[in-house]
Amino acid sequence: MSVLAGKDTRVLVQGITGREGSFHAQQMLDYGTKVVAGVTPGKGGRKHLGVPVFDTVSAAARETGANASLIFVPPPFAADAILEALDAALPLVICITEGTPTLDMVRVAAALKNSHSRLIGPNCPGIISPGKCKIGIMPASIHKPGRVGLVSRSGTLTYEAVGQLSSLGIGQSTCIGIGGDPIIGTSFLDAIELFHGDPDTDAIVMIGEIGGNAEEQAAEYIRKHVKKPVVGFIAGQTAPPGRRMGHAGAIISGGQGTAADKYKAMRAAGIHTVQSPAEIGETLARLLAKRKAPPRPASRKKSTRQPRKR
Amino acid sequence: MKIHEYQAKAILSKFGVPVPRGEAIFRKNDARAAAERLGTPVVAVKAQIHAGGRGKAGGVKIAKSPAEAETLAGQMLGMKLVTPQTGEEGRIVRRLLIEEGLDIRRELYVSILVDRAAAAPVIMASAAGGMEIEEVAKEHPEAILREPIRPETGFRPYHARKLAFGLGLTPEIASAAAPFLESLYRAFIETDASLLEINPCVITGDGRLVALDAKVNFDDNALYRHPEFQELRDLGEETPLEVEASKYKLNYIKLDGTVGCLVNGAGLAMATMDIIKLSGGSPANFLDVGGGATEEQVKNAFRILLSDSNVRAVFVNIFGGILRCDVLASGIVHAARDLGIQIPVIVRMEGTNMQEGQRILRDSGLRFTVASGMRDGAEKAVALAGGSR
Repeated sequence: MSVLAGKDTRVLVQGITGREGSFHAQQMLDYGTKVVAGVTPGKGGRKHLGVPVFDTVSAAARETGANASLIFVPPPFAADAILEALDAALPLVICITEGTPTLDMVRVAAALKNSHSRLIGPNCPGIISPGKCKIGIMPASIHKPGRVGLVSRSGTLTYEAVGQLSSLGIGQSTCIGIGGDPIIGTSFLDAIELFHGDPDTDAIVMIGEIGGNAEEQAAEYIRKHVKKPVVGFIAGQTAPPGRRMGHAGAIISGGQGTAADKYKAMRAAGIHTVQSPAEIGETLARLLAKRKAPPRPASRKKSTRQPRKR
Repeated sequence: MKIHEYQAKAILSKFGVPVPRGEAIFRKNDARAAAERLGTPVVAVKAQIHAGGRGKAGGVKIAKSPAEAETLAGQMLGMKLVTPQTGEEGRIVRRLLIEEGLDIRRELYVSILVDRAAAAPVIMASAAGGMEIEEVAKEHPEAILREPIRPETGFRPYHARKLAFGLGLTPEIASAAAPFLESLYRAFIETDASLLEINPCVITGDGRLVALDAKVNFDDNALYRHPEFQELRDLGEETPLEVEASKYKLNYIKLDGTVGCLVNGAGLAMATMDIIKLSGGSPANFLDVGGGATEEQVKNAFRILLSDSNVRAVFVNIFGGILRCDVLASGIVHAARDLGIQIPVIVRMEGTNMQEGQRILRDSGLRFTVASGMRDGAEKAVALAGGSR
């Protein structure tokens, strides 16, 4: 099993005829993802990469039964593209676009609350359930099917962590890149909640960054509810305050959002924190080995006590 | 993007926010005439730099005559201002704002920024104006009122009433607060600001609200909607290497260590700085070449890294996804040849076309140190940069 994306996910790509949209749609098709439609206004009726192209998201969804959208449109049009996907009531909307104005996302966030959709991103690598479905731009080859859920605000740092896990023989149930912007559709907490409720996810890796307090909120939820082992890392321990470190969301301002605060909250929640990004894989491997060691009845009781997802 | 106080006030004024009358000057000789034109018994002479904390550092002075304004201007222009926000190196003062003196009855704090958790702009207000708001937030968080403004409703007069009465202001001031805050909010939204801070916002002797100081930052991602803001950029306030990097769409931030870093992706770039520190060294910079860097960008990235004379070794840490390792390797080889790189370059590459990339490095005949992982790379880079500090 996996969360959000699986064998039944039917993807439409907004911006499929663009350079990036084309390239990644092809990569996804090669991976076996069901890419069923593309949307490029004005190019409806054509085929691109063997996939039918539509002028609007609602027509594409109606004609092809798509239930997820992946967005590649340029920043000035990204918010509009997300709103169009919400309007078409697609259950899952993933926005890769980097550089969306923050106030555009304020409006999107308001619309999201009254919608039937879950938004991932923007400014994210997307999600992958290895062996089943890839909706995003991550290099497929580094992933391996398995039972570890991974959630991260960053792109390449996620690949780094996945690479470490796979090389140790540890596969992933689903990897979710939630994005590096200040306002995003799915938070750490949301993603952790999904992994917590997924019977086929045994352990969780969370990779945060300086800025905001989403990691602290997730840590609080983990402290209260999550019994699965969690490994945590925060990037930006050496970042100077007041400087935006690439991601619009990665900034320490007004003394808030420091790595030290986030580590403190994570440790208080029983998360196995690592200071070095090179130790994510090996730390998780140790935890899994410990868990597999003699199956004591006590530990089984513990797992049945887990609060179920709403 | 940051702008100066006088530029911020000019923008706010267009939206109907009351600001003191004032003039920006660049030369000492203009100070006297500016003060005379204002015609108030006292004028404020304020250093214009992109950093707060000016008052305590001697960047804001009161002149009791136009002649004194000129003397003060002479002392302040060209001075190096060191505030908690400038870092040790400080900032050279190149512009001054000469402003009318006001009869100040009370000082408040007002700001607008986007709250991530609420996913909406929030107006913050406090009766503790003129103070460092970070300190107020730490010591007395209850003294700061927060009013989120939902995009569905926009700003409404009740927002102003909640804030004004919450701060214990008189009914007269509370009614003046509504148009004041509405203008401020409109300025925030229509300029795509990321921060708008009025500290202090003063109540004058005759009961008016005036933005005595103003700090406005714009959302870089929305600048394409505001081409007119381009001319407000003051390159003199930015680090020259960062300005150079921005020309090539490279995300570079100069730090003061000795290990130069070239990385793809912001998260990995931060993590690379962290692991250098953990390995006993110190990073010279943050540098994200982005997801789809070209050979040309990689080359320019190298040139910028090497023009920082503190750099003793360069650590290239790439996890190839969209950015292919062979493209990166060609960029490194060309940079090394054209720039005649003398210092050690440590390369860690993984992901798309890794083998091809390594072959290009090997066949170049140049000496690169190849690392087998992030930790290995960081340790080698720190050692080659001269070891722990």
